[in-house]
Amino acid sequence: MPKTLFDKVWDCHVVVAETPEHPATLYIGLHLIHEVTSPQAFTVLRERGLKVRRPDRTLATIDHSTPTLINADGSRPFVTEQAGKQVAMLLANTEEHGIETHGWESENRGIVHVMGPELGATQPGMTIVCGDSHTSTHGAFGAIAFGIGTTQVGHVLANQCILMRKPKTMAIHVDGELSEGVTAKDVILAIIAEIGVGGGTGYALEYRGEAFERMSMDERMTVCNMSIEAGARCGMIAPDQTTIDYLAGKKFAPDNYEAAAADWLSLATDDGAKFDKEVRMRAEDMRPMVTYGTHPGHAMPIDGLIPSSSDEADIKALEYMGVTAGTHITGEKVDRVFIGSCTNSRMDDLRAAATVMKGRKVVDGLIAIVVPGSEQIKKMAEAEGLHDVFTAAGAQWREPGCSMCIAMNGDKAAPGELVVSTSNRNFAGRQGPGARTVLASPATAAAAAVTGVITDPRTLGPNKLEEAA
Amino acid sequence: MFEAFKTVTSKTLVLPAANIDTDQIIPARFLTVTSRDGLGKHAFNDWRYDESGNETDHLLNAETSKQCQILVGGHNFGCGSSREHAPWSLTDYGFRVVISSEIADIFKSNSLKNGLLPIVIEKAAHQWLLDHPYEEVTVDLDACEVRLPKNGGTYKFEVDSFSRHCLLQGVDEMGYLAAQGDAIEKFENSKV
Repeated sequence: MPKTLFDKVWDCHVVVAETPEHPATLYIGLHLIHEVTSPQAFTVLRERGLKVRRPDRTLATIDHSTPTLINADGSRPFVTEQAGKQVAMLLANTEEHGIETHGWESENRGIVHVMGPELGATQPGMTIVCGDSHTSTHGAFGAIAFGIGTTQVGHVLANQCILMRKPKTMAIHVDGELSEGVTAKDVILAIIAEIGVGGGTGYALEYRGEAFERMSMDERMTVCNMSIEAGARCGMIAPDQTTIDYLAGKKFAPDNYEAAAADWLSLATDDGAKFDKEVRMRAEDMRPMVTYGTHPGHAMPIDGLIPSSSDEADIKALEYMGVTAGTHITGEKVDRVFIGSCTNSRMDDLRAAATVMKGRKVVDGLIAIVVPGSEQIKKMAEAEGLHDVFTAAGAQWREPGCSMCIAMNGDKAAPGELVVSTSNRNFAGRQGPGARTVLASPATAAAAAVTGVITDPRTLGPNKLEEAA
Repeated sequence: MFEAFKTVTSKTLVLPAANIDTDQIIPARFLTVTSRDGLGKHAFNDWRYDESGNETDHLLNAETSKQCQILVGGHNFGCGSSREHAPWSLTDYGFRVVISSEIADIFKSNSLKNGLLPIVIEKAAHQWLLDHPYEEVTVDLDACEVRLPKNGGTYKFEVDSFSRHCLLQGVDEMGYLAAQGDAIEKFENSKV
């Protein structure tokens, strides 16, 4: 019987089958941990005298509460003492249980969903969980990857398994070729606008079609990252040669790589396999997108007019954002720009932002910060001179971490400020009480930084990273 | 783990906005806690306190609200971040039940593991609840029924049978998983 990618991976990991009376017991191939959603889980293990079952299938980093600045004396300026304690607790817990941890001294420390793929820990055909909803990112490799709560983190630590009922499947087809200036971030915002923030609830998504096949792994990760914003537990893209080329030579890449790669290719959805729901969109129809309201479904083409709605929640959203239905969003004054997050902090993203900022200046009074996704990315970006482009423009080049996406480490906006952000959520007050967030691609964010207003990056004229010969 | 879920009869606290996300329920700056306790005072923090930390006149600050064990939320309640701190803050506030026309997946799963019963109810019932705030409603998990006063009617709801069993017995899943140790080991050995 023809199977979908999701079915194949799911079926391989069922320890105890689902029945009407109880969920399936699903084995977890990779458990990623960070400091925010693990402390209470380790406490439960301690209280019950339990050990971590598979430290060898567990990988930790510190990213959410970590400062993105370093003091002159090398110490880290934690926003509160408690934040420092939380990070220390992660390091102590993982040391106690023998879990590989990429902390301050590691050259692989980074945002958890950036680090996993970089190390090749994330692989096609795996089940991957983490106490973080953007775990869906790893689906870009053809893994079933989803976020879990702290209680389930404890379950996985102790048993390497989770109880779950199989979700339904939804295929999102995007065929054709994206126009110039339309990026992966714009694609996923368009998809969320189309199916709605609850449209994917109860479904595992598969992104299918030419548009995704043409994408790099960085771009695929951007798409899969925001699956949760459509309500979907997870989102996947079938592994192909692009995936195989990316993982080759990575630290955790399998020894018999050719054999593994051949297996991975066989995971793709079979011809004739059925999805519970299918959505079709065309790449040609897509344009650079921004959000205008207070959830990711409030997304529109950047050159369009802000939609009007009679829905009370939508009206309140426009009020909060201080924008008016029926008007353009371009030209709105921007106070702050954040380039970073597990959505858009990888090399493709930094190059895109640097291309727009090269030779241009961040406008007076606007604060722009660029936060690379990991120590590895920081190093690579510096080797390419990208950090010089950012600092020459007047943007700040920071240490890796989640930073302003979740704004719990001290990096945040002041009340009322409008932030153009390459992150994944524009909820009211997320980037600071009273802060207004506009989600966008790295190019769009960079364009806002150098013009001081929301600007369609395609209108800025051609710019190149390299000097003309 | 937590006490067995008993039938709840309580006045309802209604937050009618659609898409209430978990950043609203518990803002990120409160996530540096390393225990589960004491988050009730920060539930919906930025709706309840102004910049100086003074209480606003939000419904959640009213004394009458603190007696409510049933929270009625607008469509797609609990969307966004997977932070389990969201149900922790709601149960610490005093809620035992959340009712909406749609509840986000991860929030639903987290709630079920923390003695907070998430109920997705049909539109007509949801509308009645939104239109009649602070009415005494009964939630019977045994019968899977919500009983509305004033001829509002009785509505069945669905809850995952396994989760229902755990809630009614006051047992958690950790023990259940631990009991599957043999099957897990067999699985591990079969994957070379």
